[in-house]
Amino acid sequence: MLLTEQEKMREEIRSLAEEYGKDHGSLIPILRAIQKKYYYISSVAMQEIANLLGIHPIEVYSVVTFYSFLSEEPQGKYIFRLCETISCDMLGKDQIARQLENDLGITFGETSDDGMFTLLYTSCLGMCDQGPAMMVNDCIYTKVTAEKVSEIIADCRKACCCCETTAKEVQ
Amino acid sequence: MIETKTNDLTFSTLDKDAGLKAAIGTKPADVIGTISDSALKGRGGAGFPAGFKWKLAAEAESDEKFVICNADEGEPGTFKDRLLLSDFADLVFEGMTIGGFAIGAKSGILYLRAEYTYLLAHLEDVLAKRREENLLGENILGKGFDFDIRIQMGAGAYICGEESALIESLEGQRGEPRNRPPFPVEDGFKHKATIVNNVETLCWAAAVMSKGAKWFKSAGTEQSAGFKLLSISGDIANPGVYEIEFGTKISDILHMAGCECEKGTPCKVKAIQIGGASGICVPAKDIGRKIAFEDIATGGSIIVFGQDRDMLHVAKNFLEFFVEESCGQCTPCREGNVVLLDGVELLEEGKCSMKYLNELVSLGETMKVASKCGLGQTSARAFLSIVKHFKDEIMGREPMSV
Repeated sequence: MLLTEQEKMREEIRSLAEEYGKDHGSLIPILRAIQKKYYYISSVAMQEIANLLGIHPIEVYSVVTFYSFLSEEPQGKYIFRLCETISCDMLGKDQIARQLENDLGITFGETSDDGMFTLLYTSCLGMCDQGPAMMVNDCIYTKVTAEKVSEIIADCRKACCCCETTAKEVQ
Repeated sequence: MIETKTNDLTFSTLDKDAGLKAAIGTKPADVIGTISDSALKGRGGAGFPAGFKWKLAAEAESDEKFVICNADEGEPGTFKDRLLLSDFADLVFEGMTIGGFAIGAKSGILYLRAEYTYLLAHLEDVLAKRREENLLGENILGKGFDFDIRIQMGAGAYICGEESALIESLEGQRGEPRNRPPFPVEDGFKHKATIVNNVETLCWAAAVMSKGAKWFKSAGTEQSAGFKLLSISGDIANPGVYEIEFGTKISDILHMAGCECEKGTPCKVKAIQIGGASGICVPAKDIGRKIAFEDIATGGSIIVFGQDRDMLHVAKNFLEFFVEESCGQCTPCREGNVVLLDGVELLEEGKCSMKYLNELVSLGETMKVASKCGLGQTSARAFLSIVKHFKDEIMGREPMSV
């Protein structure tokens, strides 16, 4: 990261700390905001957050590595999280998984070279009556079919998938 | 929005904020009395008496008190809170406000799981509207009671559904359960007296204040008063959220959700997982058993397995879930689930002796008593019940060709 970019991020973290308060309880909201903007939480970010909240950077690191929606490794702009728990499993999650790998050209746990996509499994999404279910960033896709996978990916490429407030049903 | 199938829900029939208006016109002790009289127990699964929890928090000495709504619905097969948060958000907040009035709290926090971020904007809208209507904020409904609610997001951890882990997470820590006692009612969020209630419990509390303790208590069984929402998924015609009275038989629940045997065809159900990954697997021969605290208690997850499902695969899926979701703090849970999962893989290869299987069962029983929190205490249950009922299916099997 360039120094100017680092400085910009530090500025951003400072304003987040002002917004949420310089309290230990603000840690996760701040981390979520940084994750959303930068697609990961860098060691520079962790250090800055630790300084502002008056805690040790290792404490920040331990929280980042604990929660599955926070990452210390760079992730893609679009994070695909396919539900792997039993109800979605029984509704054909394996087929969706294969097609996601085929269409994204990466395997689970990987991020594409262009930094666009990360493919992950996730625990129960609470969409057990609507499976197979998948999250793309904050957006929920239900009743996903293998055929629709490429459309969902195309939506992301067109940068219009970031509907953060709605759930989409794939018909 | 997601269309969820349901039967007729009591929550659809309630007058908006009737419970809050009734509560706020009385004394906090009367509200706790009514909730206690209704015999409402926690709907998250553990079944702790709600009125008693509120009473303990009301009596606790604390300069500040908190109401926390546990919307970290992470149990596999559970999605009733998703429906409540999307279709009955007012009722959820009404229940929190009543709780605040009862225990003397001024602030409430709804802890929303990261997976439900898509609901956040809607929930914030409902909160804003309630502030405009003076159902939140200062001097609520002119009765001199101040209370407001904020939403804090989780970041993806099943364990944060455990109340003390949830509080740790709210405080910006790893979601590792605390030693209990002290319980949150006296030493909770920021070490202040705190009630943590499930989304559904708060909704029923509001319903009780609206329709009366007698109405609630007259439904259900003697030891399990009232109604329960079930989330039904798996091999069934109409998966969705269904309201039942406690004491309803599993067979009636299956019929409700469209099990084909109702039409006279042979039942194609092999087993039913009740209570999610942390629950038990009930074979089809036991569908006469009842959903109730005195028979099979549950947070409401019902997953139906058809005749052709491989029960070892089911056990494996649940154990993979727990290996992923164990917080790693205590040894029985952190290590035990891994050993059980390895055992399932041996079974898959057809290489597990009865002697070793018995050792795995013994390990599972040890995890139940030796783990620190509810996760480790329940994570072996599905495996143990599948081993108990389906030995013939899971032992000495032909290895899967890969």
